[in-house]
Amino acid sequence: MGKLNYRIVIFSLAIVFGIFFSVPSLFQLQDGKKVTLGLDLQGGLHMLLGVKTEEATKSRIKSITASIKRFSDRKDILIDELKFDESSVSFALLDADDTKQMKEYLAEIDGAKISVNGEVFSLILTNEEIAKTEEEAVDQAIETIRNRLDQFGLAEPVVARQGKDKILVQLAGIKTAEDEQRARELISRAAKLELMAVDEDRFARVNNMSDSDAAEYGDVILADAKHPAIKYLVKEIPILDGNMLTDASVGFDKNNRPLINFKLNAEGAEIFGDFTGKNVGKRLAVVLDGKVYSAPNINERIGGGSGQISGNYTVMEAKDLSIALRSGALLAPIYLMEKRSVGPSLGADSIKASMVALIGGFILVIIFMVVYYRLAGIIANIALVANLFIILAVMSLFGATLTLPGMAGIVLTVGMAVDANVIISERIRELIYEGKSMHRAIEDGYSNAMRAILDANITTLIAAVVLYVYGTGAIKGFAITISIGILASMITAILGTQGIYQMLESKIQKSKNNRLWFGIKG
Amino acid sequence: MEFFRYTKTFNFMGKSKIAMVLSIVLLLGSYLLLATKGLNYGVDFAGGTIVQVKYDTVAPIDTMREKLKSNEIFAGATITEFGSPDEVVIRMKTTTGNVTVDVGDITRESLKGTGNYEIRRVDIVGPTVGAELKEKGIMSLLLAIIGILIYVAFRFEWRFAVASIFALIHDISIALGAITLVGLDVNLDVLAALLTILGYSLNDTIIVFDRIREGVSGSKKTDLTDIVNESVTRTLARTTLTSLTTFFVVFTLFMFGGEIIHAFAFTLLVGVVVGTYSSIFVASPILIWFGFDVKNYHVKLAQKAKREAEKQRMRDQYESGVM
Repeated sequence: MGKLNYRIVIFSLAIVFGIFFSVPSLFQLQDGKKVTLGLDLQGGLHMLLGVKTEEATKSRIKSITASIKRFSDRKDILIDELKFDESSVSFALLDADDTKQMKEYLAEIDGAKISVNGEVFSLILTNEEIAKTEEEAVDQAIETIRNRLDQFGLAEPVVARQGKDKILVQLAGIKTAEDEQRARELISRAAKLELMAVDEDRFARVNNMSDSDAAEYGDVILADAKHPAIKYLVKEIPILDGNMLTDASVGFDKNNRPLINFKLNAEGAEIFGDFTGKNVGKRLAVVLDGKVYSAPNINERIGGGSGQISGNYTVMEAKDLSIALRSGALLAPIYLMEKRSVGPSLGADSIKASMVALIGGFILVIIFMVVYYRLAGIIANIALVANLFIILAVMSLFGATLTLPGMAGIVLTVGMAVDANVIISERIRELIYEGKSMHRAIEDGYSNAMRAILDANITTLIAAVVLYVYGTGAIKGFAITISIGILASMITAILGTQGIYQMLESKIQKSKNNRLWFGIKG
Repeated sequence: MEFFRYTKTFNFMGKSKIAMVLSIVLLLGSYLLLATKGLNYGVDFAGGTIVQVKYDTVAPIDTMREKLKSNEIFAGATITEFGSPDEVVIRMKTTTGNVTVDVGDITRESLKGTGNYEIRRVDIVGPTVGAELKEKGIMSLLLAIIGILIYVAFRFEWRFAVASIFALIHDISIALGAITLVGLDVNLDVLAALLTILGYSLNDTIIVFDRIREGVSGSKKTDLTDIVNESVTRTLARTTLTSLTTFFVVFTLFMFGGEIIHAFAFTLLVGVVVGTYSSIFVASPILIWFGFDVKNYHVKLAQKAKREAEKQRMRDQYESGVM
């Protein structure tokens, strides 16, 4: 054994590091940090969702309107012409004596500008409040989708904000198209539960009414969930909504058909109790996502704040729906901006194909280097193998994702990492041709080659970093592997190989066999 | 083995006129193709939908067309074989924004009765996302070029930087021309390949430039053409070897990497060849044409060394307390 030097020590440490941390990924051990396979390799669903934030403002206005109505009912304040649009509410106060009380109540509503013109009150959301509402809608959508997916039972779903109002959802391990569609349904479901009063006075005319006719009476026409032809005329301002829901679970009716039991919080229970108490004999519509699921008669005051949604669903659908209800409604609807879905079999094919390319290219390069450079080639190959281990180890440690372009990056690194050794070896050969001793040629060869290798690597790194910053999804994986490969090659191909030469120095000086060491005559 | 040992200096720059004609022809050809046929943007940049379907027998493309005709969402859809006869790709310009039921689901439904199939991939890229990806793609190419320009100008000299950028634009243009000629879909992976070409071609150029830099500051010669010829010749063995090893791996990627990585590998394949050529026949001649002045550079180097020496003297004085 030759003498130890700092280069060989660092190189050995790097190899130990590389092997140690790549073992969990290579052998798919239970413990230890592993490389995550990208969705393009293991199969899965990637979606970029947009949020219709303007809908959140609308629904905020709607709930303010509902609370004004409740307040005036409770305090016996007579109001008329309660109307709302995208960002404002207005109504007329009939008795001027109530002005003070009403003003005090409205002042408690955050982020609204109130103006009074005679008996007409109007309330407009400020721009800051609209911006805040939209911001919260995105946050809430992320939170809600995450909750739903957690309960859906998939391993490690990714739900993250992208930009101002976009949401990235990544689901690995989805096996079939049916599972995928189920997951998408669960994600996108608004799950907006509303309890609404049926307008019994005008109900008989519902089939002859247009939406604008209904609006004149402050009503909306909603379709039945099971039979879309059946229409209901209900009060536009809901009695209460899913905000006040505390729990939802699957139950069964007397015919053993699945239904959903829900519970309301104390405030909701009180409102519900009050309403049912005052409206015995009328009907109450249970509305979910704009469709009427049932409209039972109110026989008596219902206390306790629980209710049921019966519909024509399977147990699976009822389960997903209860998950959606429990995790809360989406304040704003979401829509699909981008979707990438890869089946597991395609992922497996891609892994196979890229492994063939990696191993094929690797073997070709290894053989070529040995044939051309002899021992110098073998030394370069040791560095190359070490490089591959280090790439895998670093990726495992940081939990980086290996994508198909990432695999291509590794394949390319094989070609480019030996470049440093080719440059060095050619420099050494040149010096030997000039008649330098092998020892001198190695020393000077390294120092001559260093500047070129550094400049070349740094420029490639610049391109890789730009690619990482501006790249999306799988392409980032390419930038990662190339960058790690380049940085690792500084330790393996430059430092490591020189360390090996230094370690073997006494042998080199004794042998003087240029052909054996560098594949040249003489 | 010493296949690539070159003992005599080749007169590369003497051939630079012929090379220039070749480059101009290739560039004009590429631009002509880009202008007439145009780049074929894939879904990543143009927006649209791709559905990849694999059958357990040969894909019944005609029946599929017939089935898809019934729904107007598939108007203008193209169905092409993908890698093997039992696998096809359906490309559409349309997208759907509905999360629950999207084009992929509709395709799956519509194809019922055409045999045993599996939907292996659905890519839907909405128009706003496509436009954003395109913008980011162009940005990344520009930023990479600017970053490299600054670095090379800093490490070498501005003329080196400009010459290498010319070589880069040359390589990227010809690669784009080749992509257009073959009619490949330009997606994110092709962009990644173009950026790799950027890095690779620059690698090559810098190795040659490093030798020129060494030759300029190390030798007494003042004729740049001689220095360039000598430098290119001395790096020729390395250039050939690295190009070969890189070519090997890219070629295996191209042959065995599968259909999905085909466009990526093809772009790289072109890039490796063009990048090697350009570092010798584009970047180096441009350096000469820009009138890089060796004498002037010597003077500057001498001045720099003098300034360094002066600084060192001051420092020594300061340290020894003599001020």
